[in-house]
Amino acid sequence: MPIKVLIPTSLRPYAGKQSVIEVSAQTVGEALGDLAAQHPDLRKHLFSEEGKLRSFVNVYLNDENIRYLSADATPVKETDIVSIVPSVAGGI
Amino acid sequence: MALRIPRALYDQLRQHGEATYPHECCGVLVGEFVEAGGKVVKAAVQCGNTRTDSPRNRYHIAPLELVRIQREALLAGQDIVGFYHSHPDHPARWSSTDLDEAHWTGCSYVITSVEKGRAVLTNSFLLLGEEDEKRFEDELYEVSAE
Repeated sequence: MPIKVLIPTSLRPYAGKQSVIEVSAQTVGEALGDLAAQHPDLRKHLFSEEGKLRSFVNVYLNDENIRYLSADATPVKETDIVSIVPSVAGGI
Repeated sequence: MALRIPRALYDQLRQHGEATYPHECCGVLVGEFVEAGGKVVKAAVQCGNTRTDSPRNRYHIAPLELVRIQREALLAGQDIVGFYHSHPDHPARWSSTDLDEAHWTGCSYVITSVEKGRAVLTNSFLLLGEEDEKRFEDELYEVSAE
């Protein structure tokens, strides 16, 4: 089914400069996979060489972090929004 | 001008650092990307610092706050254009920790030194490059009337 993925500012150069991309998926994993298939340059910015989500990349299904749901296997429905947000931190 | 920030928001982010002193403050800059790589800030959203274990020298914005801010910005036709935080009794310059933990390439990272509770200097740095060769560059900014 079609669902929306919100692309953070930093990744838009690799996503055709788009802020919202529609993908076809039944799970979050499929959504990210379709996203990377549509925009192959995104892949290395989202995933490690082992194919796992990079540690500083947070993926949310609506207001839930997928790491605390079923990760890639988290099912999605048509009104869901997947958000990608790299982490923000730092200090002295 | 690379980054334009209204006086009210400039004062607001500096005052945030004074209010949280001696702890680091943090927040998100929402606005618009304009021509020639410029950015105009329309809102400075104060965030909580989840590093309650070490707030005097570390900050972290909860991803859920980022998700909500990003979603609302997009609905308003705006973008996340940068972030701000403070350095209590420390120069307004990025540290190695700041660089290690920075991942929003193309965005501004604004840092304010807060000495003995008073905001002193505010500097902006632009994050450039891909993750394995990223760097900060000094970024000019303008404080506008509005």
